[in-house]
Amino acid sequence: MSVLIYIELDKGSVKKTSFGAIQYGAMIAAKLGTTTTALSLGTANSSELEQAGHHGAAKVLHVADPRLDHENSLAYAEALVQAAEQEESEVIIIPKSGLGDAVAARAGARLKAAVVSGITGLPEITGDTFRVTKRIFSGKAFASIDMAAARKILVIQKNAIETDENATGSPAQVEAFSPVLSEAGFKAKVISTEKVTNEISLTEAEIIVSGGRGLKGPENWHLLLDLASALGAATGCSKPVSDLDWRPHHEHIGQTGIKVTPGLYIACGISGAIQHLAGVNGSRCIVVINKDPEAPFFKSADYGIVGDIFEILPRLTDAARKLR
Amino acid sequence: MNILVCITSVPDTTAKITFTDNDTKLNKAGVQLIIGPYDDYALSRAVELKEQAAGKVTVLHVGGADADPQIRKALALGADEAIRVDVEPADSYDTAVQIAHIARQNSYDLILMGRESIDYNSGIVHGLVAEMLDLPSYSPVMKLDINGSTATITREIDGGKEVLEASLPLVLGCQEPIAEWKSPSMKGIMTARTKPLQVVPPVETEQLSVTGKYTLPAPKGACKMIPADAAETLIRLLQTEAKVI
Ligand SMILES: Cc1cc2nc3c(=O)[nH]c(=O)nc-3n(C[C@H](O)[C@H](O)[C@H](O)COP(=O)(O)OP(=O)(O)OC[C@H]3O[C@@H](n4cnc5c(N)ncnc54)[C@H](O)[C@@H]3O)c2cc1C
Repeated sequence: MSVLIYIELDKGSVKKTSFGAIQYGAMIAAKLGTTTTALSLGTANSSELEQAGHHGAAKVLHVADPRLDHENSLAYAEALVQAAEQEESEVIIIPKSGLGDAVAARAGARLKAAVVSGITGLPEITGDTFRVTKRIFSGKAFASIDMAAARKILVIQKNAIETDENATGSPAQVEAFSPVLSEAGFKAKVISTEKVTNEISLTEAEIIVSGGRGLKGPENWHLLLDLASALGAATGCSKPVSDLDWRPHHEHIGQTGIKVTPGLYIACGISGAIQHLAGVNGSRCIVVINKDPEAPFFKSADYGIVGDIFEILPRLTDAARKLR
Repeated sequence: MNILVCITSVPDTTAKITFTDNDTKLNKAGVQLIIGPYDDYALSRAVELKEQAAGKVTVLHVGGADADPQIRKALALGADEAIRVDVEPADSYDTAVQIAHIARQNSYDLILMGRESIDYNSGIVHGLVAEMLDLPSYSPVMKLDINGSTATITREIDGGKEVLEASLPLVLGCQEPIAEWKSPSMKGIMTARTKPLQVVPPVETEQLSVTGKYTLPAPKGACKMIPADAAETLIRLLQTEAKVI
């Protein structure tokens, strides 16, 4: 009956968003009077996996198949379905990502589960009603949804709950798990993989410093990178910036790019077009720096500075360095 | 090559979203509907592939007649025929059941759609359809080339991208820059009028989830402005007031 959490690894360590998902699952488990089990796919160090316990998982099922080191929605879904059956899990939690959505969809179809993606808070559970709130229209609205099927898959936004990074529960018990994985999932041939390794990933980042066309060209990006490094932040950009190849495509944030939900989003020389806002309006705190006091972004900001980024960025960087 | 492209009909990205009927329905008054931007990319690539390798592009929409202008636009952009399943789908599962049902009656080499719809932002329909049809699926796909029965796909993965080779048939969720957006030509618009648009009834589905009320976000508090000559204050406020650094 355990609540099952699908967790993601990054270079063998559990991702922060996955710890958040475990904590979220543990809160539901407490409400339902049951335990929490995490499912980890691919090569991982078991001392890393034990840490899932700090956040509330009693047990981690670990599928140590190296073929799963590679993103594979089909095989992941097969493993998840078998884990859900073994644990008799009626509630399954998945942290939102492109891969998470694909795994949720496939597992949902197999389990005839209700799947809701983009959940923004804890469910309301009263009697037979299991109600969640989901983000729609790129953050311009929310929908309340009753998950009616016996099995429920909840794909949650990164800040669905506030994660306690210093949680101190007892270590989880790590168990080897060997689901039957069909060959169909491994038929595609991988020709090449290109990954940025030593950057903070945008979807995981707590702070993002993002630049728009106001930065004038790639040669000025060091101003933004310096502030990002002083704050331990990831860097993002607006769409024209990646279209112009000033920055790589995977940094582009918005409606057609990545959607991010950091604690702090600092927008430098970005006008705040609605398509850009669609990717950032789930952030907890938004700072806008723009020389145009009429820039629409100020309407969505918590803090604003009207001024020239070329002058302001170095000053912020100095001030941020003094903090550390 | 036979390609099925599933399109959504959604409010324009700049539309102001409001609700009617006691907050249970989208208020479509004054809202311009468009083909979902990601679906538009999928459609453009499908038309390019058809032009290269000969074949047929079918567009499919699950929904009511108010999407017919978007379906006609898809035909004007180069799709050969269209099917509309005449039902307002209850959820992603319902949508996927309808798509899978149409797909089973025909043999498509490729089923393309956007990586997500911009109304519900769920990104799960391609995975559901693929599972129902027992096919592989990939998303988000940024580049797609077909050589015989092999697809070469560039997809975004966590923190990067990857190039794969997979055999058709496949289900793919697409995003830019898979193709250039196109505008319909005059000739396209003229011929679209006579291309077949078949309206078919839905198949029965179970309802796994029930959408209740819609809400709008709480209005944002006023933005605290910091004078440019005191920019450093920002860092202190972020630390002591907002507590985000
Ligand atoms: C269907 C569709 C989807 C889209 N998807 C996305 C998306 O996902 N993400 C996205 O970002 N955009 C998207 N766009 C584009 C979007 O509409 C805007 O064009 C884009 O976000 C603008 O980028 P920008 O703010 O960097 O550039 P601009 O609009 O050119 O703004 C630059 C800003 O920098 C300021 N500035 C200039 N110099 C300085 C200086 N020295 N100091 C301080 N400020 C300065 C200016 O005042 C201005 O506000 C989409 C558009 C469409 C139609």
